[in-house]
Amino acid sequence: MSVDTATVAKIASLARIKVSEAEIEAMVPELNGILAWVEQLGEVDTSQVEPMTAVIPNTLRLRDDVIDADPLTGGDKRDAVLANAPAAEHGFFGVPKVIE
Amino acid sequence: MTELTELGVAQIRDGVAGGDFTAVEVAQAFNANVAAAQEALNAFIIATPEKAIEAAQATDAKRARGEALGKMGGVPIGMKDLFATFDVQTTAASHMLEGFKPQYESTVSQKLWDAGAGMLGKLNLDQFAMGSSNETSYFGNVISPWKRNDGGNAALAPGGSSGGSSSALAARLCPAATGTDTGGSIRQPAAFTGTTGIKPTYGRCSRWGVVAFASSLDQAGPMARSVQDCAIMLEAMAGFDAKDSTSLDLPVPNWEAALSGDMKGKKVGIPKEYRVDGLDEDVSKSWDDGIAWLKDAGAEIVEISLPHTKYALPTYYIIAPAEASSNLARYDGVRYGLRDLPDGANLQDMYAATRAAGFGPEVKRRILIGTYVLSAGFYDAYYTQAQKVRALIAQDFAKAFEQCDVILAPTAPSAAFGLGENVDDPLKMYLNDVFAVPASLAGLPAMSVPAGLNREGLPLGLQVIGKAFDEQGVLNAGLALEQRAQFSAKPEKWW
Repeated sequence: MSVDTATVAKIASLARIKVSEAEIEAMVPELNGILAWVEQLGEVDTSQVEPMTAVIPNTLRLRDDVIDADPLTGGDKRDAVLANAPAAEHGFFGVPKVIE
Repeated sequence: MTELTELGVAQIRDGVAGGDFTAVEVAQAFNANVAAAQEALNAFIIATPEKAIEAAQATDAKRARGEALGKMGGVPIGMKDLFATFDVQTTAASHMLEGFKPQYESTVSQKLWDAGAGMLGKLNLDQFAMGSSNETSYFGNVISPWKRNDGGNAALAPGGSSGGSSSALAARLCPAATGTDTGGSIRQPAAFTGTTGIKPTYGRCSRWGVVAFASSLDQAGPMARSVQDCAIMLEAMAGFDAKDSTSLDLPVPNWEAALSGDMKGKKVGIPKEYRVDGLDEDVSKSWDDGIAWLKDAGAEIVEISLPHTKYALPTYYIIAPAEASSNLARYDGVRYGLRDLPDGANLQDMYAATRAAGFGPEVKRRILIGTYVLSAGFYDAYYTQAQKVRALIAQDFAKAFEQCDVILAPTAPSAAFGLGENVDDPLKMYLNDVFAVPASLAGLPAMSVPAGLNREGLPLGLQVIGKAFDEQGVLNAGLALEQRAQFSAKPEKWW
């Protein structure tokens, strides 16, 4: 499988990265080089293999259902959460108008 | 007396505890080295001399009161700028996070401060830890303190992504530093700079507060100038953390106390697939030296097979970008980091403009690859197939460890290369991690220790890979190599 300029434009749009036509032109051969190289995985017989889900066997834990059990990740952190926001307004994250 | 900046973690810890010198004297000495080398090596994104002094004063005060000083008491360290540090800029070497001051502290860095360490500064790295030469940082390349012995003056790569860590260690700007390893980012830079580093078993060190790259692979670990120093620092960094869902709920062994370079009764596996055609002659020779040293330490050498080795890198370059594309979706210009809002832009335009401005070319390349391999119609052919091959790679190791206790291999296929030599060809750059990536995909502990110098006068590293949870076996084999390699070379000071 290989990508063309239209496909690269499409995946850039899916990834929400603005790219110029010149950048797309440059990326097509680069991405095709990488994709052609990873395609060698197709020659491995994996018909009897389950895809890996956890590299070291582990079970997902449930935390106790207690409010603010960990004060660091509990509530009442509005100012800390907003401290690095590019446009915090009135205790909220500010963004461009979404609904006309 | 030896210069304080020549000392390692154990020597500083013991010297401060024994009153040979104060922690403040140590911090001042390293602060001075950091400042003097910044322009030439660019190892730090920001220096935090006041933090180092503050922690040292606390250690000296504790000693005056007769209190215990902690595993890292009085030891100033460099912190890779991938770890969130409270109110201290944390960038992942990206424009996206320039100016970001976390309102929390990563678990690993907090543990180190609790153990008595102090922070010299935030170390440079490849942007979002994506790179093998430290040439993708938004804040400029890190330069290795090493030079070839050919009389030339070529600037060499310190390896990546933990290139600030490795350069700073080799140049004596810090006695120890944190690293993170996703596909070799602790081991390859350690090998390039004649330093030592261990990536523990996946889950040993909490990922909480570490800027995420590929979550199923990311693992923090120590970098230092000796095996013992790595053991001490790993003890301080490791441990269960309820805030990381993949954290291992296991006690932290006392690795330092159990260190032993005696390999009697141990079997060392030599993977025949790593003896690739055209393997660099000096690398091949240093591998043979390593085999002889472990034999001398009492080990039995056995040939093993890891048949899926050649598929490890392509597997990695599907899985890591896939996870990165998902993890890096969080950088949207809304909650933290850069925002680029062109005139009249709507929300979607703002996302795309922000991400175009905030990410460097290698990061964009990996996000696009990841987005593609996860997209509808391609997911099974790429991502599912890669996860299946990853299972086979892990199985290879499990089978090999029925025949041996640890595996010995080179860390990297060559010594350090010159800056700019590999930047035009992403595939060539990726091949640097050919020996490091398989252990990452299998989540296994692996370390690099210096073996010697090649004919150009540059360090080469040997890699020890162990069974899951057997950091002790890895450290012990590393120690056996260290005791016999007697590596004492250091870069001649030019900075």
